[in-house]
Amino acid sequence: MTLSKQIKERLRVEGYIADNTLATALQLAMDLKRPLLLEGEAGVGKTEVAKALAQIVETNLIRLQCYEGLDASAAIYEWNYQRQLLSIKASEREKTSAKEIEDHIFSRDYLLERPLLQAISQDKSPVLLIDEIDRADEEFEAYLLEILSEYQITVPELGTIKATSIPHVILTSNGTRELSDALRRRCLYYYVEFPSQQREVEIILSRMPGIEAAFAEQISHFVLNLRKEELEKVPGVAETLDWAAALTGLKISSLEGDLETIQTTLICLLKTETDLKSITPEVTSRLLGKAA
Amino acid sequence: MGILAKNDTPILPILTSQMQGFIHHLRQNDFTLGPADTESALRLFNHPLTPSDDARASLKILLTGCLEEWRRFDDLFEAYWYHSGRERASFQTTKPVPNRSKSSLPNAWNSHFPDTGNSSGSTPQIETEGERHSDKGASGRLIATSKTSRTKIDLRQFVDANEIKQAEQLAYRLASAMRYRLSRRHRMSKTGTKLDLRRTIRGNLSHGGDPISLIKKNRPDRPIRLVVFLDVSGSMKHYSRFFLQFVKGLVCQWMEADAYLFHTKLIRVTDVVRDKNSTKAMTRLSLMAEGFGGGTKLGKSLARFNKHYAKRHLNSRTIVMILSDGYDTDNPDILRDQLKLLKKRAPKLIWLNPLLGWKNYEPVTQAMTKAMPFIDYFAAANTLESLAAIEPELAKL
Repeated sequence: MTLSKQIKERLRVEGYIADNTLATALQLAMDLKRPLLLEGEAGVGKTEVAKALAQIVETNLIRLQCYEGLDASAAIYEWNYQRQLLSIKASEREKTSAKEIEDHIFSRDYLLERPLLQAISQDKSPVLLIDEIDRADEEFEAYLLEILSEYQITVPELGTIKATSIPHVILTSNGTRELSDALRRRCLYYYVEFPSQQREVEIILSRMPGIEAAFAEQISHFVLNLRKEELEKVPGVAETLDWAAALTGLKISSLEGDLETIQTTLICLLKTETDLKSITPEVTSRLLGKAA
Repeated sequence: MGILAKNDTPILPILTSQMQGFIHHLRQNDFTLGPADTESALRLFNHPLTPSDDARASLKILLTGCLEEWRRFDDLFEAYWYHSGRERASFQTTKPVPNRSKSSLPNAWNSHFPDTGNSSGSTPQIETEGERHSDKGASGRLIATSKTSRTKIDLRQFVDANEIKQAEQLAYRLASAMRYRLSRRHRMSKTGTKLDLRRTIRGNLSHGGDPISLIKKNRPDRPIRLVVFLDVSGSMKHYSRFFLQFVKGLVCQWMEADAYLFHTKLIRVTDVVRDKNSTKAMTRLSLMAEGFGGGTKLGKSLARFNKHYAKRHLNSRTIVMILSDGYDTDNPDILRDQLKLLKKRAPKLIWLNPLLGWKNYEPVTQAMTKAMPFIDYFAAANTLESLAAIEPELAKL
């Protein structure tokens, strides 16, 4: 199956190091025209997948960030009420019938397109990223079902709008809430794990070309061990990259050196107070011992 | 067209039957898959399926839907296509599948039935017998039967760690279901669903009366505040492990909840219970709870609450919930006075007494009789069902 290999290779060019299964997942999502649901811990690079995909298929990325209370008017469409009102005012003097006015003000011109409507009315299939779907309410999930299975949106005043092109849909979820089975069944599924050490080294090297391979290895090894500690918030790939950037910024080129500086830079990796307190210099040096 | 078979390509019959077998195999292992899934799986391949890694990955992506399924898929795949393990055999015979976690539960339960004395009279309904000789659609029915039986069993019987976990999850679900209540009044709100006409007209006077900017209103969330007292004295020992989890569920799900443990003293445990790390929280809590033991001084504990916490933590939308068997070693008059004080601040008092579920139990202890006039809802809390039943009570406020 060379196609997924190609995808993997092109992702690598764009700076995203994917494993074989992820490449297959993207390939399948494009072939079957089904949405792909990515789950995984925060910071493993779920959102990056969508960005990289948009780059390799050379299309735009439309992003819908979900939040509690997100509703149809913010995600799908909304009538431009003020413009409609002005239009009614303006046509008052002309002798147009009420029917004409109505037809006029309920046309596509007066429709404010929100991300989901935008995504299905493009000429070229965009990548639609529905980020953190688990944060949205359950009602919103129900809206999504129609859009994701039929690729059409029903506007009562206007009728059904069919997709001009079918977007590549990627949904991400952190698992703060169980998603409904109906939504899961409509999606392909991929669970994004923390990268293996080798892959993480590759990621560091591709994102920070200036860094030495041996140093990158040390960094990934340290982070790998750190993830095994009992932490409230396990550092993700983004944190590893931050930390690597911080270390190189401080002109550190090996983890064997200055323990104190390394300890202070741990704020890049540990994001809660308890975590910071639990990783004492002793723990750090133990982890470094393993890393060296 | 890549790996995708074109729609007009005929699908090989041998592949069809193989794939149907595989889907059936997955269904038996609690995957929810429909005929459409079989079809899509078949469309993936236009050649007889050789179990390769790519094929496995594709099928995995297509057929799984959540983390649990994602993790189990590889084993199931190997079991079916490589004929390894005993799963393959179970696909056609009537024996239960060995690694079916849900179906194996009733067997674990069996050990409890002969010697439980079966106080509620409903436990023997569990269909362990039926499960053995009806395999078709068994998974669906098994889940259902095991659930009903578990909700009716007295909580003291939750001994096995696995079963406690199940019970905890149920309690958690109950708690989260009880959390939300909407207010009946409307408030101004940006994302409201209704138009606030009065404000809209007033606000648009400057536009000559044309309603250019609309002001909306919504029914705001008015979370009910909850204060829970959990008795962790010796007499409640059997229940407290379970109740602790119930309380944790309530406090974590409820926006404004407060939890207290009491026995001869009162301790506020809200912060401990809120700890994200569930095991850590439970360990800390159990340590605190075990530190007590012994008798109960309910009246004094409530006095402490009334003196130190009540002002801050009670309002006109607060439900006070006491989980206790009502065996108080204090002077019952103290309890009466303190409950009276408490009721002045909080509109509703729910008392959950695990003993009430027992046969022939009457709340005749001195403390209970003195407390009765202040209790709005007095219920048994020895089964999960009785815990579920308090939800409408919370709604009435």
